[in-house]
Amino acid sequence: MKRLILALVFMAVSGLSGFAFADNEIQPRLDTGDTAWMIVATALVMLMTIPGLALFYGGLAKRKDSLNTIAMSFVAFSIVSILWVIYGYILAFGKDISGIIGKPTKLFLSGIGINSISEAAKTIPEYIFIVYQLTFAAITVALVSGALIERMKFSAWVLFCILWMTLAYLPVAHWVWGGGFLARLGALDFAGGTVVHINAGIAALIGAIMLGKRRDTSLIPHNLTMVATGAGLLWFGWFGFNAGSALSANGLAGAAFINTNTAAASAALSWMFIEWLYSKKPTILGIASGAVAGLVAITPAAGFVNIIGAIIIGIVAGIVPYFVVAKLKPRLGYDDTLDAFGIHGIAGTLGALLTGLFADPAINEAGRGLFYGNPNQFLIQLLTVGVTIVYVSIISLFVFLIIRLLSGLRVDRNDELIGLDESQHGEKAYNLHI
Amino acid sequence: MKKIEAIIKPFKIDEVLQGLSEAGIICGMTVSEVRGFGRQKGFVEVYRGREYEVRFLPKLKIEIVLSDELVEKAISVITERAKTGEVGDGKIFIFNLEDAIRIRTGQRGEEAL
Repeated sequence: MKRLILALVFMAVSGLSGFAFADNEIQPRLDTGDTAWMIVATALVMLMTIPGLALFYGGLAKRKDSLNTIAMSFVAFSIVSILWVIYGYILAFGKDISGIIGKPTKLFLSGIGINSISEAAKTIPEYIFIVYQLTFAAITVALVSGALIERMKFSAWVLFCILWMTLAYLPVAHWVWGGGFLARLGALDFAGGTVVHINAGIAALIGAIMLGKRRDTSLIPHNLTMVATGAGLLWFGWFGFNAGSALSANGLAGAAFINTNTAAASAALSWMFIEWLYSKKPTILGIASGAVAGLVAITPAAGFVNIIGAIIIGIVAGIVPYFVVAKLKPRLGYDDTLDAFGIHGIAGTLGALLTGLFADPAINEAGRGLFYGNPNQFLIQLLTVGVTIVYVSIISLFVFLIIRLLSGLRVDRNDELIGLDESQHGEKAYNLHI
Repeated sequence: MKKIEAIIKPFKIDEVLQGLSEAGIICGMTVSEVRGFGRQKGFVEVYRGREYEVRFLPKLKIEIVLSDELVEKAISVITERAKTGEVGDGKIFIFNLEDAIRIRTGQRGEEAL
């Protein structure tokens, strides 16, 4: 164990001192094909949060809490949209300061114009790259809500969106994608397994623990057709998320596209069969949950693995999270309402680690995994996952503690029993009676 | 005048309605979706591997008002048509009814039916 830690530290240090990460010297030049695709991909990822995630989570919630659940995704997207253009983008993707954070030089995107092109995406307008990255930040924040619903004050959620995006998302996004220390180390994260899913999943777990259990800890979906619709939109939008992460309309985008679909389908089936075996019946909730877990797990791997890798990652992603949510969660007793940790945290971690095994240089020369002769890659993935988990746990704990001081985290008992739709918003989801 | 309240299995409603119509017994009926339990046990639903016992089962409650002489016939039609022979087929309750008023005309008693 000591040796492993030493090796990891050594790698981290040697990685920081000089190893240049695939920084090819292409001159920035706008490509209309790439631009067209990235505009579409950006819109696809936006669709994942509203209405994709909003419907997925909203349908899983109790009827009396469904609007509040939907509102959490809506407001997260809106808040992040504003903060991103004020300071979020520049902190995540600005000029690197010692591997930790971007230099906040251009607030309100000052200095960026219609002819600007980012170093990180050299064939599309920087404006498109900014919005594309914005949609990632937004869904990451929104994902956390799954663990917190049916008891959190709406005001506390608004504060969470602001604080957590700033203190947790921006640094990690910079470390992995913005030229920070994990990027220089050679961590492979094609579309955000670490930045999005581990990040959100760990915050979800910390949040569930900090908020405490709901008074009624059941998860009986009030509308499974909504859940299925939401899962379908997530799957669809995920093509923008993963294939779009190639940042070009090219063969790599094609690989990411087909891997994404393959892993989602494998996981939908493996969850269905494992559930059939253990709970006697195949459920639509299981198939949809499996698909989402598969999409999460393939996210870091999408542009690195071949089709066999995608199938295996998918199968694993349908099985392990099932056991975590069905067996481990009840035993440990934390109340992760909609399994944001169980699905995103677990499948995200699996995906990040499996990328270190299955990355095939024939798909993408930037990544060579253990099965292709590079055991170091697996250690780098392990280190990345470890660093992210430790950092995000601490920061999330800190953020929840601050919010508890500022506004309190939970609604009171009566408000929880009436339902958050009524108590927080004064609205009802269904007014079918006159 | 009597009021009949019958709790039946939801999928039996069409047969019951057809039976009552063919027998010429009714010219009106109120149906509501209700939930409850009797001797029939609930069932188990599983969401993400966790089991939830559903104790209140969905049933339909039909309410009809008719003249005394039609009551026995209505009972036999409902009994015959709503029966599956298994636990949970439901129950029929008979009430004496004091009066009935048709709102449009103000007619009272059996004329209002």
